[in-house]
Amino acid sequence: MMKQKDLILYSGLIILGLAAPYLFSAFKVQLTYLCVLIVLAMTWNLQGGEMGYNTFGNILFYGLGMYLTASVQVGMFFPLAEWTEAGGEKTFVHTTAQYFQGIGVGLLVSAIVPAVIAGAIGYAILGLRGHYFAICTLGLGIAAGEIAGGIEIIGAGQGFTTPPFPAEIVDLEARGKFFYFLSLALLIGTFVFVKYIYGSRFRLILNAIRDNEDKAEAMGIQTMKYKIVGWMCSAFFCGIAGGIMGGLIGYIDSTDVAFDGREMGVFMVLMAILGGKGTLWGPVIGATLFHFFKEGLWTLILGWQYVALGVLIVVIVIYFPEGLMGWLREKYPERFGEVIDEKDRKAQVELK
Amino acid sequence: MDFLIFKAPILMVQASMDGILIGILFALIAYGMALQWGVMNIINIAQGDLVILGGYIAYTIYLWGIHPAWGVIISPIIMFFVGWALYKLVINKVVDRDLFISILATFGIAIVMQQLMNFIFGADVVVAQSEYGTTMLFDNSVTLPNSKIFSAFISVLYAVALVIYMKKSRLGRAIRATAQNARAAKILGVDTEKVYAATFGINAALCGIAGALISITLTLHPYVGLPYTVRSFMIVIVAGLGNLPAVAVSGMGLGLFEEFADYILGTEFRIGAVFLLLVLILVYRRFKLSRKREYLK
Repeated sequence: MMKQKDLILYSGLIILGLAAPYLFSAFKVQLTYLCVLIVLAMTWNLQGGEMGYNTFGNILFYGLGMYLTASVQVGMFFPLAEWTEAGGEKTFVHTTAQYFQGIGVGLLVSAIVPAVIAGAIGYAILGLRGHYFAICTLGLGIAAGEIAGGIEIIGAGQGFTTPPFPAEIVDLEARGKFFYFLSLALLIGTFVFVKYIYGSRFRLILNAIRDNEDKAEAMGIQTMKYKIVGWMCSAFFCGIAGGIMGGLIGYIDSTDVAFDGREMGVFMVLMAILGGKGTLWGPVIGATLFHFFKEGLWTLILGWQYVALGVLIVVIVIYFPEGLMGWLREKYPERFGEVIDEKDRKAQVELK
Repeated sequence: MDFLIFKAPILMVQASMDGILIGILFALIAYGMALQWGVMNIINIAQGDLVILGGYIAYTIYLWGIHPAWGVIISPIIMFFVGWALYKLVINKVVDRDLFISILATFGIAIVMQQLMNFIFGADVVVAQSEYGTTMLFDNSVTLPNSKIFSAFISVLYAVALVIYMKKSRLGRAIRATAQNARAAKILGVDTEKVYAATFGINAALCGIAGALISITLTLHPYVGLPYTVRSFMIVIVAGLGNLPAVAVSGMGLGLFEEFADYILGTEFRIGAVFLLLVLILVYRRFKLSRKREYLK
């Protein structure tokens, strides 16, 4: 049962989302980025916030999705090796139909393969706990970038140019709109999925794993199974997000665009923590705020943006580890449906 | 197998020598990491960036016309105060908290340090020339730069000095007491806050020494800190906290692995191999422990 207030909120947001490229037509690329960032933050939250497995490695799936989409899109119609060999010079041109077929199949592959990989390595990696898991996934992400930078068929160090948007479509706005609506569709899909998870038993199991994995196991929950499924869900959406970004940017570099642990890999953690781990709306708000902050300030502090980013990480982590939603929750607990016993509260104050 | 290294066995000697000498350097960095991990229970992602900063201090001295080898004395002194300041600014707020918080906070520090080093020292790959020459072995078929021998010797010297200091001195005893039980140490009059600051300072100083040695043996670049962090982390998890001989041995083992990976896979996969080895070691230990229904803590 959806409440009327929620219905108004969601339909309002969807209308805003659909109207956004027409209202702010100069910012279509930024809006696409925003959608992708929200998706990344939400999927990270599923992993780090709900399951308690703080990962730096979701960038692995993002980068994989990017390479897979582009490779499939090219490889379906032309020899891949020759394409990357040619570099910037286009010896092959996709027709309109080929382009869209390619990207469709590519996105499908980029969703399934990372999820399968997450399932395959999940059993080994998810047995690690806490900081070992964090460092291990950090290693995975960086190793993937370094290895991708050495593989010839996907462009090695010189990068991989993704197929350009078909030239037969004369509408100049078409490319921006296409990628925006693609990312919006992904965002809506992710949101609906995560919301469904939030109302399900699966979320309770993930929370049980986060709060005390040993106890959860003792209660008869097959924790490993659920951990792997949780990670696969993350990987699925991260892969598609990567595929869309690859098409949008138009150029894939192994360590600076695809397996970009220094930017995207950190952003997704930061956004989820900024908004509030373990909440449905936290990552959405966190990602939106972060994106506005980034786009607003990035150009003003040119050259100093990474310093600002580092300081921001330190400040958020030390002073707001619960994030915005956590802060709001502490301030207005009634609005989160928490009942507070005044007597109990006073007793606690006296105890302190 | 048609790898060059198997065709020419002399290359194996070369790789082994290089690996062991570099591995001793890695062990020195890992010792610092084990120290702060054991005492303060934090994992410092900025460890490698402290190393690089130490290297740049030695490089600056070199640019001023002083021999870079003096860096092994000057750089740790400066780095001690850098470490102390970092502790007072950031680290003291993460000591008692979740390890993930310390990982993220030091990750932030690492990003800031990388960028500041990029501003100050530029994004070029630099190396300080020690002009120590090279030693030729086995009819000139194995070449060893004397700077590498020098760096291994200095590392061992400092490590031994530190071990003696930790055993004998008052501060060393206070540090060990805090590592064993911070609360009890506090009750018995140890100023744990000061001990933590000193520990982080000593760790930074060790990084400074290692950095100064790296500036003459390898190369410096603002963004190559993370591999050093990962190497030291790897050495610590293989060797365990507070087991110095094991740290030295696994450091050398890592050095050997890297040199052989370099010859067999090619230089472009060297860093990738290091990170992959980290993943493999963690997964191996996870499966070994899960037989006893335990996990890495």
